[in-house]
Amino acid sequence: MNVAIRVIACLDVDAGRVVKGVNFENLRDAGDPVELATAYDAQGVDELTFLDVTASSGDRETTYDVVRRTAEQVFIPLTVGGGVRAVDDVDRLLRAGADKVGVNTAALARPELISDIADRFGAQVLVLSADVRRRRDEHGRATSDFVMTTHGGRVAVDLDAIDWCARAQALGAGEILLNSMDADGTKDGFDLELIAAVRAAVSIPVIASGGAGRVEHFAPAVRAGADAVLAASVFHFGDLTVAQVKAAMRAEGIEVR
Amino acid sequence: MSRRVVVFDYGSGNVRSAVRALERVGAQVTLTADAHLALGADGLFVPGVGNFHACLAGLRSADGTRIIEVRLAGGRPVLGVCVGMQALFEGSTEPSGHLEPGLGQWPGMIERLRAPVVPHMGWSPVRVGQGTRLFVGVEHERFYFVHSYAARTWTLKPHGPFTRVAPVVTWSEHGEPFVAAVENGPLCATQFHPEKSGDAGAHLLENWVSSL
Repeated sequence: MNVAIRVIACLDVDAGRVVKGVNFENLRDAGDPVELATAYDAQGVDELTFLDVTASSGDRETTYDVVRRTAEQVFIPLTVGGGVRAVDDVDRLLRAGADKVGVNTAALARPELISDIADRFGAQVLVLSADVRRRRDEHGRATSDFVMTTHGGRVAVDLDAIDWCARAQALGAGEILLNSMDADGTKDGFDLELIAAVRAAVSIPVIASGGAGRVEHFAPAVRAGADAVLAASVFHFGDLTVAQVKAAMRAEGIEVR
Repeated sequence: MSRRVVVFDYGSGNVRSAVRALERVGAQVTLTADAHLALGADGLFVPGVGNFHACLAGLRSADGTRIIEVRLAGGRPVLGVCVGMQALFEGSTEPSGHLEPGLGQWPGMIERLRAPVVPHMGWSPVRVGQGTRLFVGVEHERFYFVHSYAARTWTLKPHGPFTRVAPVVTWSEHGEPFVAAVENGPLCATQFHPEKSGDAGAHLLENWVSSL
């Protein structure tokens, strides 16, 4: 009678349109977010995440409108992240129809933002979005040392990613969206070592993100400790369907909806 | 004739989804904290997200305690969801700066779930109580939960002539069993979010609305 492992589709939204690029660069247009959200709901997705990558603040009204229209048509949980800098941003997103809000860079600069949001709205609305990269050694090889990054993984922050996740939980985060910037866009599979390290450090749900390419990539992420798995491009471009991912996990003995 | 439902708007989180989900199953929905409308509606939907104590303070300042009591005294249906369900118990052990008792419609305390991963976030199955009306047709579906606290025990066990009208209690599990839903005459409640539980949730809401 366990909670099902969630399959989450992530839509990057720029000024009201869905985009997703390899390693967050070279963005490609992949359609209307409301239409895509409805299609994913019909496919049996368990949850939706909108990542607002809109650069100009003038276009943020468009984001609220997209959230509003989605929440009116799709009756599954919706998380919205990107550009959340203050408690008021959270309030506006929740009022527009978001159930959870993702916080990323702003919390790195001002960790108390996490507790401010959790105190006002409860831990369950706050998803700490962590863009993590492996530190490189002097030969440029990836190490098992995980650091936080900003700007879509391009800028490393001198902060241990595992410590940061544990601290975010202590401050009141209700969930961690763990995005491997090394694996993101590669379609080579999730970073299992990263998932296991964060799982060992926190007791809030962990969403594995970055690297999904084939159906057989998902079960290992769950065995490494993920409570949910997230993918974007492989779903948007029809490489995989939610049903295929769930069938593959079910065949591995994992409970899905 | 379509049923009039008030979604009680006392300042708790995302209430748009509840309004739309109820409209989708044919209810005529008003989002308001107006006492007159809340008392007169065919059904009152009491949402609730976040901190127990903050929700209770909000409910009280909107006169929610009296509205719920007056409705129940007249046998008029009330549906509490998530913290809107927790509010109906005696109190919560959730930490807070001040002591805020619950509405005390049911005995028992709301306590933190004992599980390796908390919050309990996601789709879980339920063990539906005998005689259910809410779950007819969706007994074997999963529903969407997001909570860290729950009623881990159910102590109200009527005896004698009252056993005929004993509450229908539906359970779920996250590390341990907890109360997922209660149907107690005009007073119903779910710990999960029917408005976020896709078609299964819509079906449950439809069952409630058609009972009004």
